[in-house]
Amino acid sequence: MSQILLQIDGKEVGAREGMTILEAAQSVGISIPTLCHHEKLEPYGACRICTVEVEVRGRTNLVASCIYPVEKSLVVRTRSEKVDRIRKMILELLLAHAPDAFELQDLAREYGADKNRFDKEASFCIHCGLCVRYCVEVRKKNAVGFVDRGTRREISFIPEIAAKECWNCKECFSLCPTSALQAAFVLTEALISPSSEPKSEE
Amino acid sequence: MSQINSPAELEEFRQSILSKRDPDKHCITLCSGSACHASGSAEVIASIEEEIKKQGLGAEVDVRRTGCHGFCERGPIIVIHPEEICYFQIEPKDVPEIISQTIKEKKLIERLLYTDPGTNKKIIHESEIPFYKYQKRLVFGSNGSIDPKSIEDYLAIGGYAALAKVLSGMTSEQVLDEVKKSKLRGRGGGGFPAGSKWEGSRNAPEKIKYVIVNADEGDPGAYMDRALLEGNPHSILEGLTIGAYAIGSHEGYIYVRQEYPLAVENVHIAIKKAEEYGFLGKNILGSGFDFIVKVHRGAGAFVCGESTALMTALEGRAGEPRPKYIRSNIKGLWDRPSVLNNVETWANVPLIINKGADWFTQFGTEGSKGTKIFSLVGKITNTGLVEVPMGMPLRDIIYKIGGGIPGGKKFKAVQTGGPSGGCVPEELLDLQVGFDELTMAGSMMGSGGMIVMDEDTCMVDVSRYFIHFLTDESCGKCVPCREGLRQMLRILTNITEGKGKEGDIELLEELSETAREAALCALGKSAPNPFLSTLRYFRDEYEAHIREKRCPALSCKELIAFHIDPAKCQACMMCLKKCPAEAIVGGKNKIHVIDQEKCTKCGTCFEACPPRFGAVKKISGEPVPSPVPEEERIIIRKSKEK
Repeated sequence: MSQILLQIDGKEVGAREGMTILEAAQSVGISIPTLCHHEKLEPYGACRICTVEVEVRGRTNLVASCIYPVEKSLVVRTRSEKVDRIRKMILELLLAHAPDAFELQDLAREYGADKNRFDKEASFCIHCGLCVRYCVEVRKKNAVGFVDRGTRREISFIPEIAAKECWNCKECFSLCPTSALQAAFVLTEALISPSSEPKSEE
Repeated sequence: MSQINSPAELEEFRQSILSKRDPDKHCITLCSGSACHASGSAEVIASIEEEIKKQGLGAEVDVRRTGCHGFCERGPIIVIHPEEICYFQIEPKDVPEIISQTIKEKKLIERLLYTDPGTNKKIIHESEIPFYKYQKRLVFGSNGSIDPKSIEDYLAIGGYAALAKVLSGMTSEQVLDEVKKSKLRGRGGGGFPAGSKWEGSRNAPEKIKYVIVNADEGDPGAYMDRALLEGNPHSILEGLTIGAYAIGSHEGYIYVRQEYPLAVENVHIAIKKAEEYGFLGKNILGSGFDFIVKVHRGAGAFVCGESTALMTALEGRAGEPRPKYIRSNIKGLWDRPSVLNNVETWANVPLIINKGADWFTQFGTEGSKGTKIFSLVGKITNTGLVEVPMGMPLRDIIYKIGGGIPGGKKFKAVQTGGPSGGCVPEELLDLQVGFDELTMAGSMMGSGGMIVMDEDTCMVDVSRYFIHFLTDESCGKCVPCREGLRQMLRILTNITEGKGKEGDIELLEELSETAREAALCALGKSAPNPFLSTLRYFRDEYEAHIREKRCPALSCKELIAFHIDPAKCQACMMCLKKCPAEAIVGGKNKIHVIDQEKCTKCGTCFEACPPRFGAVKKISGEPVPSPVPEEERIIIRKSKEK
């Protein structure tokens, strides 16, 4: 593999072809925040918190570093006024759903995000898709998926599969940045095994 | 029908079709596109056929169901050839007269002709009607004269000649060069040069390549692709096949909306016929070139019009966009080079090949060549599909072709480019339509939607409407689009309901920046446009809503009130009787008063009040005047004073 030279935050970085900006930055200890990224999973590019500024042929663009492939002579800035402003906004939008998630709170402190900027709509899930993708790509079980689209999108366990597969796995639990997954799972659990429900008075 | 095996055989066959057709024989063409179908064209054609039989003219008159003629406002439309007599808004009851008078007696039926609103004169021929006269119908023109279900009709007007020319005498490089030279740009939204897109795929090392028709037209009020697919499907197949030849693809897809049943049907028929005649399949026209086309029906997601989402859906997965740092013409469908062009773009290709790039580039502006079909809708006299040369000023489209704004109202803005386009205000009406021109004005060409708005339209509400549409249609994958739009819609709704506050505009701008800069796909990146363009030209309307709780267009229900001017009310009881909420008190000779508590602001009283009185007023941003005291409400009429 040929070596690609690029510049990240003023630092010359040598990267392998096919690497993403995020991977190249991580390889030299430059940290870029991520929410939907996981090294075992295919890049997804949904949370956009890893947005960075790149300069290609004199033009400045914002791109998602977790999916943008490294290019020769690329100039990357992982922090800038605009990048920070956008990360702050993304955090504020997500904090409306999961105000108590530790990962979001840590980032909120870093970027000065106000968790009360938007009206709370505590659904907990921030749609990072880690559970969904882990179950598809690593476990290959498809026990949890997204349903509906747009603002109505949510994660849901498929009872028929979950009943068989999830008891002895639960590997996705620790991936969830907001603990929404557990809530959804517990709900499904209740639905699929009525015996675990509190007995109604007879 | 046996297969046609060479260009020479095709010409021979074409001549045999033409020789069987008598140009002097009467032919009644009737628009059978979706719009005219909805206005009852199926009943009309049934009665035409019945009447012809009844009057014993079966051998003398042909009847042809064609695609959309464009002038949907006046449908169902029939044209009687060879005289080209054009009749509008035909009902089955008109048919016996048309057959006996016009066909038999050669007499015109005045009331069915078009009346020029300017001169009040009757116009007989389509080409003289202002709606058609100023158009340049290169792509759309054949729609009104051929039966889309008949491949022979398409062949009779020179169909598949471009394909024959390409396969018999041009190398794939020459085809590509011609398209590049024509400077044809994508008609679906982005306006990307088609030739460059093709070239990228052609040069990509991967052997298997695809060509795709994007027929997932989803902009509210836009239906030009539907009309082309329904009315002239072979032109699209021909263009697609030529494209496939140019890039070296042997497999094509048509991604068409499920909601277009007639388009789906006609495309299926066209493919079957083309295969039968040897225009699709193995060894096309004996050239050795193979190409097949498959139809994929979309399941109703707006976002699937976005190229990467469309390809994901074609692969059988949920239609979500994917990051596009490597273009889909290099790595598209199943990671293979894929050229995706819109219906109208493909339909332009046979024209360019037949007549040459030099001919094509004589139409249009420097940056935008050829013509563009627009769907002209909204507050416009002549609703319909219009095809104009690029560079025509918006003013000409709206006034000369569209006939201006109905009801004596004033023009306010024209929304172009679909939901993620923008609004162009009156001061820019002389803007020439073109990709770069519209983008510079803060709007975009998009796929050709053109929604005209009059003075009664509230621009804040327009922005709210489109953001609502996009919120519904966002796939929900990335945060700036899903969450950003959710908040934008909330703020805009508040503003239109009088709950806007200082800082809302700035917050909307900040949310717009996040979506524009950081969203995953083109839908998300352009989603703030309805807000940004209305803010750019109509900021005062936003400020009036927020600061004065006033809707200048008197349109936002929460911000307006209806009031009866006691000095003008003649106690005629019209509004009182019609009010569905029984909110009007009064009586004979007693001035009417609206009970604001009961009023639902439906506007019925406003419509009902006779214009000569004009007593009902719509107000906004000011308190409703208190009602006149009970004892002063009696009207004493002079004539009865004695």
